[in-house]
Amino acid sequence: MQAQNKGVADRVDYAAYPDARGHFGPYGGSFVAETLMAPLAELAAAYEHYRVDPEFMAELARDRKHYVGRPTPIYHCERLSREVGGAQILLKREDLNHTGAHKINNTVGQGLLAKRMGKRRIIAETGAGQHGVASATIAARLGLECVVYMGAVDIERQAINVFRMKLLGATVVPVQSGSKTLKDALNEALRDWVTNVDHTFYMIGTVAGPHPYPKMVRDFNAIVGMEARQQMLDEYAKLPDAVVACVGGGSNAIGIFHHFLNDDGVAIYGVEAAGEGIESGRHAASLSAGVPGVLHGNRTYLIADADGQIIETHSVSAGLDYPGVGPEHAFLKDIGRANYVGITDDEALAAFHKLALTEGILGALESSHAVAYGIKLAASLPKDRHVLINLSGRGDKDVNTIARLEGISL
Amino acid sequence: MTNRIDTRFSDLRAAGRPGLITFVTAGDPDPTLTVDVLHALVRHGADLLELGMPFSDPMADGPVIQQANERAIAKHVGLAHVLDSVRAFRVHDQATPIVLMGYLNPIERFGFERFVTEAAAAGADGMLLVDCPIEESGNYEATLKALDLKQIFLLAPTTPPERRRRIAAKASGFLYYVSFKGITGAGHLEQGSAVAALDELRGLSQVPIAVGFGIRDAQGAATLGAHAEAIVIGSALVERLAGAGDASAVDAAVASFLPRIRDALHAVRRV
Repeated sequence: MQAQNKGVADRVDYAAYPDARGHFGPYGGSFVAETLMAPLAELAAAYEHYRVDPEFMAELARDRKHYVGRPTPIYHCERLSREVGGAQILLKREDLNHTGAHKINNTVGQGLLAKRMGKRRIIAETGAGQHGVASATIAARLGLECVVYMGAVDIERQAINVFRMKLLGATVVPVQSGSKTLKDALNEALRDWVTNVDHTFYMIGTVAGPHPYPKMVRDFNAIVGMEARQQMLDEYAKLPDAVVACVGGGSNAIGIFHHFLNDDGVAIYGVEAAGEGIESGRHAASLSAGVPGVLHGNRTYLIADADGQIIETHSVSAGLDYPGVGPEHAFLKDIGRANYVGITDDEALAAFHKLALTEGILGALESSHAVAYGIKLAASLPKDRHVLINLSGRGDKDVNTIARLEGISL
Repeated sequence: MTNRIDTRFSDLRAAGRPGLITFVTAGDPDPTLTVDVLHALVRHGADLLELGMPFSDPMADGPVIQQANERAIAKHVGLAHVLDSVRAFRVHDQATPIVLMGYLNPIERFGFERFVTEAAAAGADGMLLVDCPIEESGNYEATLKALDLKQIFLLAPTTPPERRRRIAAKASGFLYYVSFKGITGAGHLEQGSAVAALDELRGLSQVPIAVGFGIRDAQGAATLGAHAEAIVIGSALVERLAGAGDASAVDAAVASFLPRIRDALHAVRRV
């Protein structure tokens, strides 16, 4: 837990980030073509206005409670902790949200904002389909048109989520450009936005993209850490010793990290998808194995080749399969406040089964990366310590993938 | 030495006609043809060349230029090829200005300072960084200025007046007005509103204004050309070059398209 003993001299107030133009140190910013600069400024202004508007925040609070199902509990994995034989393992149960993942924390907020801004059409990108489903859900509830861009390759891999989006009234547009995956879906959504910017709200699903998205998506997800911190104090009379979350784009991770950043005693771990191993080259570990660059409107760590072309990533979990990462994570890595580690496909699958068999919880494959690292970490710590893992989603969506990987026909 | 972009625009002003700017992607349709393409464009009417630097994720571009990027990347075209092409072009053409247009990531990976230094030495005259608005270009401005590489900024229909003035204050070479809200090559250009917007931009800057995105033919070129110092043809050209397999096919493809636009522009008396 090297990150917890920072000296007073280099103390950073994490609440002060990003700056007014969306910079987290050297990362973030607004790297888009000129056409989008004014719409982004309009969005940033609307967001800054409503985030302190009591009526907006009250409506958001009502929706969180009655529609999303918040607060989600913290659950003590007693059997798992006993088996591991180290620190106590706790889960923040984001899998219990409506639609089964943390993604709705963001879309419920952006949806209300879209409505306030008078936009009648929502567009979104999606990889595995979770953010697409969360966007389609909110659009249906608010009576807004919804178009979801999804890579043609991902559409084949995630047929169930495609059908869910359609049932919710969304149009799913297959993206045929580039590698036909999440990054290309994001490009295509940006192209739609630039074309239909007058009446369209772009609902980005992670803490990436140009300013104000990394900040706004973080803030909407920060309810996770805000609740968790208070629940720890109320139920355990202490803060956790470590917080662990998986990182693809990084929205669930920032969500649970944010309110703990100024707590020096809380070590923070972001778990990236190491796929078949970092050394194999088949992974999605932008922070561990990437280099800083510019993609999708922000400066951050990226997986690119020697020519600066973005290359395809690999992870067993589609939700972590992204060649970039939110700029705030890049900042937290460089400054040393958070530790970024890798978990392979095999380790994540083993953790998925372990959690299912010891606690009766099917976690998402994405979240299983966090569980896997949380177990490792707990094993290295004494029994009176507490490791809090963000269980960002439920695993029902992954059962077909797991069956296929294990050679089982359903 | 005066920058070739400035020289070219002052010649155009003297001739009283709008210029023809062409965009092609380096390495497309094939890396062996890049220099042939550039010479063919000049032969058939281009006054200024924009050379696209391939990127895997060209978010401001429509399908035609996306595919050109993909074809070039599949043939391993990177910035070294861009520099080689400019150098080779300059052996036979000292006059036609070249603007390198692209996205930041490949340039930063190469090393921004190293790249622009080599680009200037190779004979490039300007840089258009598509995903680098004025807010983020601060680190680059001094470097480009020291090399006398003009930094070409975009103006869009969405750009509010106050911001237009801030961009104009930083402009050099020319300003590139994006004729509609959309991506390159899209089919929804409304000439009337683009013309009105161009007329509004008059007096904004001493720097010439070029207009592009969605101009596909001689009629569109002439209509917008009457209200700007230059027009840009990109996707419509890239589309026609896509199938060319050798230098003579490149020349034929350009010859069958560009002269009509050149002639239309030469007939325009700037209003």
